[in-house]
Amino acid sequence: MIELTDTTSSAIAAEFIRARTRAGSPAMGMVMTLIVVVDEDRAEAAMDNARKATHEHPARVLGVVLGDARGAAQVNAQVGTGAGWGGEAAVIRLEGEVVKHADSVVLPLLLPDSPVAIWWPHDPPDDPAADPLGRLAKRRITDAAEVTRGKTKALAVQCTSYVAGNTDLAWTRLTPWRALLAAALDQHELKVTSAKVSSERISPSAELLAAWLKRRLRVEVTRSSSSGPGITEVVMETKEGPIRISRADGRLATFTSPERPDRPIALKRRKLPELLAEELRRLDEDDVYAATIRSLKRRR
Amino acid sequence: MSYVNPLRQEEDRRLPRIAGPCGMVLFGVTGDLSRKKVMPAIYDLANRGLLPPGFSLIGFARRDWANQDFAQIVHDSVKEYARTEFREEVWRQLAEGFRFVSGDFDDDAAFDTLRRTIEELDQVRGTGGNHAFYLAIPPGFFGVVAQQLKEHGLAESEDAWRRVVVEKPFGHDLESARELNGTLDAVFKPGSIFRIDHYLGKETVQNILATRFANTMFEPLWNANYVDHVQITMAEDVGIGGRAGYYDGIGAARDVIQNHLLQLMSLVAMEEPTSFDAEALRVEKQKLLSSISLPKRLDLATARGQYAAGWAGGVHVPGFREEEGIPQRSRTETYAAIKLEIETRRWAGVPFYLRTGKRLGRRVTEVAVVFKRAAHQPFSATSVEDLTQNALVIRVQPDEGMTLRFGSKVPGTQMEIRDVNMDFAYGGSFTEASPEAYERLILDVLLGDPPLFPRHEEVELSWKILDPILDRWEAKGTPEQYAPGTWGPESADAMLARDGRVWRRP
Repeated sequence: MIELTDTTSSAIAAEFIRARTRAGSPAMGMVMTLIVVVDEDRAEAAMDNARKATHEHPARVLGVVLGDARGAAQVNAQVGTGAGWGGEAAVIRLEGEVVKHADSVVLPLLLPDSPVAIWWPHDPPDDPAADPLGRLAKRRITDAAEVTRGKTKALAVQCTSYVAGNTDLAWTRLTPWRALLAAALDQHELKVTSAKVSSERISPSAELLAAWLKRRLRVEVTRSSSSGPGITEVVMETKEGPIRISRADGRLATFTSPERPDRPIALKRRKLPELLAEELRRLDEDDVYAATIRSLKRRR
Repeated sequence: MSYVNPLRQEEDRRLPRIAGPCGMVLFGVTGDLSRKKVMPAIYDLANRGLLPPGFSLIGFARRDWANQDFAQIVHDSVKEYARTEFREEVWRQLAEGFRFVSGDFDDDAAFDTLRRTIEELDQVRGTGGNHAFYLAIPPGFFGVVAQQLKEHGLAESEDAWRRVVVEKPFGHDLESARELNGTLDAVFKPGSIFRIDHYLGKETVQNILATRFANTMFEPLWNANYVDHVQITMAEDVGIGGRAGYYDGIGAARDVIQNHLLQLMSLVAMEEPTSFDAEALRVEKQKLLSSISLPKRLDLATARGQYAAGWAGGVHVPGFREEEGIPQRSRTETYAAIKLEIETRRWAGVPFYLRTGKRLGRRVTEVAVVFKRAAHQPFSATSVEDLTQNALVIRVQPDEGMTLRFGSKVPGTQMEIRDVNMDFAYGGSFTEASPEAYERLILDVLLGDPPLFPRHEEVELSWKILDPILDRWEAKGTPEQYAPGTWGPESADAMLARDGRVWRRP
């Protein structure tokens, strides 16, 4: 990593090219720019997660650390390609007046043509699409489960401001659950009469899952609390008996279905790099998520 | 009214397709193919959450094993060869469904046990009667196993599917291939027979279709107006290893050209299919294969060789005839190169050179489309001295990607033009996420999705192309010796030199 103190976008861009030349041009296949907006304390962990996610999607990762907006403007940066990167990265620290104009620093650093994604590992703006940095991106990734203030309302806030291109990792976390539930109904061609989702008390994922089930199955879906971790059980009642997936330890689930023996099935809670990688795989609007979000919004 | 799963939506593209309830019966448990490819692929699929709950695996072999001995074999193979990390919970999910049936292929009692085992699994594991039979055994046994499956009522089921999976070689000439197809067809429906050509499961091979048909910039050049010739290479740096028994009498052409290289060629050269379903692809591939013609003088348009003893990559290695189990006077070729032509408007006059060999310079598989020179150069002859022909190279393995080779001005000179490469790599780390060919193919078998499997028509057409060459080789001459670690015998270079061309160094 090369340190640039009191610098500008063009100096950072020049350093990217120098770093690439030094490393023998390894990062030519980059497919996108990923902006990570994070605070100082969590910057290292977030950049590490982004680096792992770019194994699947070689990218230029721009970490943006927004500091105190008062005082004289200063831009500092660390730039590097480094070992283990599927692309290249910079952590850009902003202080003073320029904090309000972060987009002016980031815009010149976006890769030509290729899409831009932005990720707020914690505390996203209430309206990501209206945020100056969010406006630069085609895909805006929030994480309602990692919000530090107002956790209970976090998902509702994101529902209200939803526009095409927004997405939340709470939804990404559901993919394995949804895949299993769909597969269960492939095997048992039954009409579901009601459903139940159990999870830890505050769980945006469980809220989304319940909304999705309710919308698709057109039945009542009840929620109940458990000690977690995450979602612990989903039951779909049918006239032949319940289809149940329960997972108490966050790793191995038991799959119960009518007239079939119980079976263990691996259902591990996935880590952030995997979630991010899934999220970056497709950059167009997720219609199913959009419909689920809309149905949640209507209910309020 | 048919049932529509309310949780499945076309536009829900996050949801992977998980195979329905099913199991697999693996014949030939101890072979390399099973241990290095099939078992790890099954684990990787389970780890990625793509196998149904209750998926079961039955091993069948002539060993005196209990279920847990079999589980131990799978465990060892998974630990050593699986692509994804080993996770205890995934293993537990899988291991409960392991069974082992001991017996010979002609042992009626063993097949009775197999049937009972399958029925038991349907009961306790909920496999729903759906089973795939994976024949990882020498093709000589296909007939007897298929018959046994039929006689014991395993090959068909009224309300469930039964599929059979076979690996190459699909015969050793047209006649034997027909015989083999007949054996399988007598027992299984054509749609239930899955022939694995693992090359077709590779991401890069599937990407050939994406490159050609999803872009505008390549297809206009993809014809005899612009293409000079095409070279398809599959080289290995190793010798035959312990495969003497299989390899002697088979040789490079039957082992590789008949299946992998002709399949690659048909994907590179075929017309655009109307869609990407199995039927549409097969039609196009079949059309292409039936329009392939052989040059008149087969002796001038083919080359073959045997690796001699010598130094390769810093190691002294034995020659082919010194390998254990190979007769001193063996005429089996370890290197084969052939020239083919395609009789269509698109490709008339564009030769396709196919080559494969063992103990060559390095392990590489690639397709090189070499373009014609510009009709006129406004630059002087000296300034384009270093400029060769433009080329598009599809690197299938290793270092998957694409290279575009074209001329560029050397900086600082008056006007000096030299070849440069533009590279697209799936990337060192990018490949980490791409599944092994066998994962894709096994999943496709369980889903019943056949686009990536050659049908018997294609197999027979390929033999029709190769048979005259093999007959000619059989009738006359012997393979030329070549030094190990080089790019093959001199006759191969001479074969291209006659056309005024040279082999690319891959």
